[in-house]
Amino acid sequence: MSNPQAAIVGIGESRVGKVPDRSALQLQADAAQAALADAGLRMADIDGLLTTPVRVEHWNMPCGVVAHHLGIHPSYLATVDLAGASGAAMIHQAALAVASGQCSTVLCVAGQNLLSHGSRAKAVKSMAEGGSAHPQFEVPYGPLVPSLYALVAQRHMHEYGTTSEQLAEVAVTIRRHASLNPNAHKREPITVDDVLKSRMITSPLHVLDCALVSDGAAAAIVTSAARAHDLKRRPVHLLGQGYGLRHSHIGDTELTTTGAVDSGRDAFRTAGLKPSDVDVAQIYDCFTITVIIELEDLGFCKKGEGGHFVAGGRIGLGGELPITTHGGLLSACHPGLGGGFFHVLEAVRQLRGDAGERQVKDAEVALVHGNGGVISIHCTLILGKE
Amino acid sequence: MTAAERPVPTPDAATAPYWSAALERRLVMPRCLDCSRYHFYPRTLCPHCGSTRLEWSACGGRGTVYSYTIVHRAPSPAFAADVPYVVAVVEIDEGPRLMTNVVGCAPDAVRIGMKVGVAFRQVTDDVTLPVFELLNES
Repeated sequence: MSNPQAAIVGIGESRVGKVPDRSALQLQADAAQAALADAGLRMADIDGLLTTPVRVEHWNMPCGVVAHHLGIHPSYLATVDLAGASGAAMIHQAALAVASGQCSTVLCVAGQNLLSHGSRAKAVKSMAEGGSAHPQFEVPYGPLVPSLYALVAQRHMHEYGTTSEQLAEVAVTIRRHASLNPNAHKREPITVDDVLKSRMITSPLHVLDCALVSDGAAAAIVTSAARAHDLKRRPVHLLGQGYGLRHSHIGDTELTTTGAVDSGRDAFRTAGLKPSDVDVAQIYDCFTITVIIELEDLGFCKKGEGGHFVAGGRIGLGGELPITTHGGLLSACHPGLGGGFFHVLEAVRQLRGDAGERQVKDAEVALVHGNGGVISIHCTLILGKE
Repeated sequence: MTAAERPVPTPDAATAPYWSAALERRLVMPRCLDCSRYHFYPRTLCPHCGSTRLEWSACGGRGTVYSYTIVHRAPSPAFAADVPYVVAVVEIDEGPRLMTNVVGCAPDAVRIGMKVGVAFRQVTDDVTLPVFELLNES
């Protein structure tokens, strides 16, 4: 196993779901303060800041806007944009900043009021025209963001025989996990039949195959492994990481294999671990098909076997590989590109043994995977207790 | 719904030849003068060999459905009158794939692997989109 240099020492979430009484900045401040309290630190201890763009409002230099709002003057700051992979990437970028000596304690924070800033319809339109689809060569043809993933799903079904029932199994499992998370947006259990009978949005994806639209923010604090041992919470160490990119837009690309092949390979190599060492995997779940393809590309099963892999309870709590145990983007919180950061927080809870009813017994190694764009950009983290 | 509210491409220096050709009902793509391969979307360097010696070259306009989806929920009011409609990725015979609509048939008639041919849909006075239709041989 690798010799970790950085650790996560505090985590915090804002209220999530529909939070009309908080602005994007207030949600981020709420999450930041919760993470500081968890770590036993004060705002004045923070000398590094990472954040992600906020799409609902135009913020010139988001890291500067957030620093100003929090009243800090960090010696290192940056805005990280790997779309949905930003949350995972911030942890590694923070580790690099600490290792460089430029700062010692980095606050990473992301989130926005995607639901309450306007309307759900406005959010759907802004996402459809927001860059996931190419503005000249794709948007004029009228795809939703879910349509782009539907193209992936349809091709995966064609090549490998993946079924709508298998896609639904992902949504059902992740909702069951959300039902055990007091801070999840949607907690009412659903069945495979519920998913299949839910409104068809863009074939083969039903509304319950798609991520929520939520308000919410998440924060984590990263410091050196040495300093982490002096703080109040048991540190969670960054053991390995990887990045992958195969394309920016999906028009001219392969639709059933992603850059998660590359990010996963590098993450396992840098950690000195293999897929069978992972106790719990926080897999990015913007759509049900995303989970199936990522499980294949990360090496948890062979290409084409993802549909079979997610059935039979294997990815649920008590199964062989529990995934996305907080309820993910499908059921816990999807405030836009900060959504993947909640997956990092859940990995930390699982490794601390703090996950309550959804605790994976004896979790020692957690994988976090973030996916941005349309199966475009990937970041994989491997986290561990030591 | 007026056509003006529909999102339309804004051609730039890198893409203007594509949209100009579409106005003339021709499909063109960048082709490398060194490795002879086509690519799409347009780039400054050939993604296959890195050459900057590129030219816009005519395509035959025939291809195969690589994937598709039937959109039932419009992304914005501009598309509300069109649902359900087919968004597809078509692989043209020259090699590249592109996003498009498959038109002129019932949406549920489309399948992966079907042969398609280019057609042109005028959206505004200045913009015509290449779209595709099923060929009889499918």
